Formats: sequence, structure tokens, C-alpha cells
Amino acid sequence: MHIGIDLGSRTIKVAAFRDGVLVDQQLVESGFDPYGQAMALIGKYDSGRIVATGYGRHLAAEHFAHEVITEIKAHALGARHFYPECRTIVDIGGQDSKVISLGENGRVVNFQMNDKCAAGTGRFLEIMAASLGFRLDEFGAAALESSAEVGINSMCTVFAESEVISMKNRGLPVKDIAMGVHLSVVNRLVGMLNRMGYGEQVIFSGGVARNPCIVRLLEDRLEKATVLTPSEPDLVGAMGAALYAAEN
Amino acid sequence: MLPVVAVVPVVAAVVDVNLTQEENNMSSKNFEVKAYPEMWAELDMDVPRFDKARQMLGEVYGKMYLSQVNRPEKMAYFDNMVSEIFGGRIKEMLEVKKTGKPIVGTFCVYIPEEIVVAAGGVCVGLCGGSAGSIPDAEKILPRNICPMVKSAYGFKAGRICPYFQTVDFVYGETTCDAKKKTWEILDRLVPTYVMEIPQMKKARDRALWIEEVKDFKAKVEEVCNKEVSSFDLAGAIKVINNKRKALQRLTALRAASPAPISGKDALLIEQIAFYDEPVRFAEKVNALCDELEERVVAGEGVIGVEAPRIMVSGTPMALPNWKIHNLLETAGAVVVNEESCIGTRYFKDLIDEQQTEMDRQLDALTDRYMQIDCSCFTPNDERVEQVLKEYRSSKAQGILHYSLQFCHTYNIEEIKIREMCEKEGIPYLSIETDYSPEDVGQLQTRIEAFLEQIRG
Repeated sequence: MHIGIDLGSRTIKVAAFRDGVLVDQQLVESGFDPYGQAMALIGKYDSGRIVATGYGRHLAAEHFAHEVITEIKAHALGARHFYPECRTIVDIGGQDSKVISLGENGRVVNFQMNDKCAAGTGRFLEIMAASLGFRLDEFGAAALESSAEVGINSMCTVFAESEVISMKNRGLPVKDIAMGVHLSVVNRLVGMLNRMGYGEQVIFSGGVARNPCIVRLLEDRLEKATVLTPSEPDLVGAMGAALYAAEN
Repeated sequence: MLPVVAVVPVVAAVVDVNLTQEENNMSSKNFEVKAYPEMWAELDMDVPRFDKARQMLGEVYGKMYLSQVNRPEKMAYFDNMVSEIFGGRIKEMLEVKKTGKPIVGTFCVYIPEEIVVAAGGVCVGLCGGSAGSIPDAEKILPRNICPMVKSAYGFKAGRICPYFQTVDFVYGETTCDAKKKTWEILDRLVPTYVMEIPQMKKARDRALWIEEVKDFKAKVEEVCNKEVSSFDLAGAIKVINNKRKALQRLTALRAASPAPISGKDALLIEQIAFYDEPVRFAEKVNALCDELEERVVAGEGVIGVEAPRIMVSGTPMALPNWKIHNLLETAGAVVVNEESCIGTRYFKDLIDEQQTEMDRQLDALTDRYMQIDCSCFTPNDERVEQVLKEYRSSKAQGILHYSLQFCHTYNIEEIKIREMCEKEGIPYLSIETDYSPEDVGQLQTRIEAFLEQIRG
């Protein structure tokens, strides 16, 4: 058994492969005790080589993982498994947003990550959704009902929240403000992609790839590329780690 | 990062003066930065608070430095310099001050320390590398300026840097907007003079700068009430050249594979260069280099040849700012070069020693200082060439560009360094950060991914 565990800032993901075939997958909230959560997930398997990735990878290595790799490498391996030709990966998780460039051979040649603030991350969308009274899983669909181009100028989560509050108080429809929030995330992402350059396929991984509005806006703005979202975008990192366990 | 936290009750300082240097360095457990509470009180310091900072520095140093394996034996001297950073070295400076010689505090490699040394005085780089003093600064300075400037101002405002308390005056400069405007505010707390650093390198800029050097010399002479002779200056030029040569030798030795010394240790030595007595310092660096030469011949290193070799380029790292080096080396890399004011920019150029007449000596000094490739100049393309040259000579495998937050000149010049790396196919990572620990998790991910990229 080859097990990959991705200890993210918001969720913990596990992917287990046997003889190159995905045989199990799990996803839980990280909660206040990520170590306990991770142990419960891992406890399900009798034996196997475990590779950890994500924010809590070193914690896992202290206790049970045999090796660690960064999220960047894990997403590269995971994305290549599904799309063997891909050269560009966009990953938006709870706390980070990343753009990863791969060489022809699949190796990471360059990457960009957001700075220390939560701007442009899943957490940003989560806070904005709450501020506008949406559940996270309905936020994207709600925004898609709007055709307005409301601009959120601030990328700082705290300032953007004040901006959103003042928009609400000016009487703007919430769906338009929701669209503005999504646009601000995508514009930032497109800026990163343009700076780094991107290939014909842009693979979108991480939990935010489940948001239909972000996916649609990204497709619209990347004219030269096709945006491809794996069926389980949150699991790409864990799968990459499991594939690494199988290879090494 | 030397967090000078809240005011705490006076902690009785237990200093075992009988501890030898070797015993002192045996393990991180019995390392401590020595306390001199009576001297600190005489220097009008906030003793209880500073004593807490001293203890924390000792703990951090023990964990980050003394836990390293395969350290050269001759690092013992530098460990002791850290142990005596707030005591022994201050005592020496106070002895010099008693004789009427000038003690000058600076923040920039552009202030010609040769002139202070020629006057028999001490030129010292002041505190400015810790997050702990920033709350003191933010009581008055804006929050969104360079952490080094804020930290430095906070050390004086909080009376928690014995060097600041010892100097006759501070000689600042105009290498950035944050600094040049902060000097006006700092002057309320300690006499602060300002050297105008040109922003271009034309003949008229050089003419301006040499006038500024003469003003500096006059100010130094005013304190000791004695004119600096060309004989004195010739001697001082040799002393500082020798210090710079010793650091050049250390840098050259780091090109060996396996690396004979860790990047953290080398960075520490470069930081100590700004407060140690220069003749002794050069001797000790050379003694260390003798040991490193033996290591190189024997093929011994601090880490195996498989460790990725990283060059760090960009803004300076004032003691105790070891954040990036610690992250890199904890992740299994070895830092082999610092292209910054704390590193090669400070010592890559020497002054011609052949001149004997004052005007010619000052010309030679100016020629040397005008070679400094600080990003405050426009254009500054010689720095891009210098980075590439040092990348090759240090046999590095990747460049990490380090820029302090809000350092506009380095942050923008980073574009040209990145473009050069892309053109040359050099693995490259750019980091912008401050002194706070809150981004360590993300930096760790980026640094580890960068090392994965190099390892292939």
C-alpha cells in the first residue's frame, strides 16, 4: 500500500494506492487537533509506505510518515498523473494560492506563492461568503447569477471585508458583490499566471477548484489555455504524495 | 529573533566567570549571553527588560547555533563574541571612550570606518535586526516602513541596545527614504548626523561624496579634538583592508565542496565584523580560515556534497536576523555566499594602500567606496554582474533573493536579478519578508520546494 497524506490548513486528505490503483480516499476537517485527525485516518490501514505533504507535513514526519515532500511537488506529481502533458498547475487551498510551472519531463521549473496574507486563498473566499450570508458551497453559484463587474480593490482580507460591508450598506445586490469578490481572486491569479507564463492546459487543483464561478472566470480570462479540473481537486496533493511513495 | 518582550521583574543574573570558553561552548544548554546589569544601569538602559532579551538571545543562539554538527573548532571565539556582545565588547569600547576617542554608530557600509579607526576610535554597526524593538518604534514611526529602520529606532527609544547607549553620535546616510527621514526623529534621542550618498555615479556625484567624507572626518576630529594625520589614516586603511581581506579569504574557502563551514556560522562572522575590534577580528578570522583550509584539503565539510548550495543575495541581515539562513540550512541546504551589505558588498573592494598624502588617500578611499553597488543607485547594473560573478565563484546551485519588506530599491532591482537568473538558467527564489515569525510556515514550504527543484 502506498499512502499519501496532505495535511492542509483547513482539511486533511488521504489517498491510498495499491499496485498503481487508487483504492481509498478520505477527507476531513483539520480541526484543532490535526495530529489526532491524521492518526485516525492513517489508523485505517494495516501497513504501507506513507508520504506526507501540506502545512503539517513535518508534524506527520515526526510521528508516522516515512518521508515528506512539499505541496508544490505533490501537486506536480498528482496533476501529471491525470494530465501527463500538463505544464501549468494552479492550486488554491485554504491558506495558499500557487502557480506551478513544469518542464516537459514533469519536473517543477518555477513556482509562485502568495505572500503571508490570506489574499486570494480559500480562506479569503470563506470569510467573504460568511460576510455576505452564503454557505461556501453555494457562494460560487450565487455569484454566477450576476453579470455586473463590481470591483473589490483591496486584496487584504481585512480591508476587503470592510469594502464588502460598505458595498452592502450602499445597497448593492449581494450577488454582484459576490461576483466582485470572485473577480478579485481570479484577477490576482491571472496576474501570477501572466508573470510566469502558462501552457495549453492549466490544471486547477485544491478545494477552491470546486467553486464554479472561479473556474468559469478563469476559463474566460485565459484565452490561450484550457482550464482542466480533476474530479477530486482537493485530493491532487495527497495523490501526488502517494504516487511519490510508490516511486521511491 | 531577540524578542525584547514585556517588562519583567529583575532577573538575578548568574554569571559563572570561571567558565572557560571551551566549557561554555560544549552544549547549547550552558550557553548564555553574559549579563552586566551594573554597567547597563550606568548606560541608562532599561535593565530588567534588556536582561530578558539577553536571556532569549542566549536561548535562540544555543538552539540555532550550538546544535549544529561538525562546526569548526575556531568558531569558539565567535561564540564567545556572542556571549560578550552586551558586556565584554561594550567594556572595551567604554575604555576607548574614556581616553577621549570617538565612538561612532552607523547603519551603512558607506560610512568610512577607516577615518574613525585613524582617530583611534571605534566604528560600530548599531542594533536593528530584531522584531522585539519594533513596538517601541511604532509608537511614533509609521508601521509600513522597513523593519530594520523601525527596529533600529526602537532599540534607542526603548534603551535596549548598549551600543546605542555608548556612542558619541550616530552617522546616518541617505540610502533610502525611511532612513533619511528617521534620522531627523532619531536625532531627538541621540546626536545624529547624515552623510549624503549620491544616487548616481557621475563625476559630480563623486565630487559631492568626497565633500561629505571631509565633513565626516571633521566631525570625528571634533570629538577627539585632534586632526587625523595621513600616517594615522594609512595605518587605519591597512587595518580595515586586512579585515576585509580576511573576510574575502573566508568567502573563497566556502566555495569548496563539501562546504567547510555552515552559512549560519559565516553569516554570524560577517555580523560580528560590525562590532568587533578590527585587528583582533581579522586575526581570528584568519585563524579560522587556517582550520578551514585543512578541512578543505582533507575533504571534510559541515554537510555532505549532496546538500544544495545556495547563494543569498539582497538586503542586509543585522544580528540576530538569522531567519533565512536557518530555514535554508534546517531544510538541508548550505549557504555559500551572501551578496549583501552584511556580506561581500562590505568587503569585496579594498583601498589602495600606496598613497601617503591626505588628499590622495581620501581620493583612494572615495574610489573604493564608489564601487559599492547598493540598489540606492540608478542605474546599478554592476550589481547584476556582481551577483552572477559571485554565483559562479561560490559554486552555488541556486540564488535566493532576500528583500526586507518595504525596501523599494531592492524589491524593484529584484526584477533584473530574476531576469538574469532566467537567462542564465539559474534556479531562483525571491522572498520578501520582515522580522516576524508569522510567515515561517509559508517560507519553509517555498524554500523546501526550491530545494526540491534544485535536487531534481
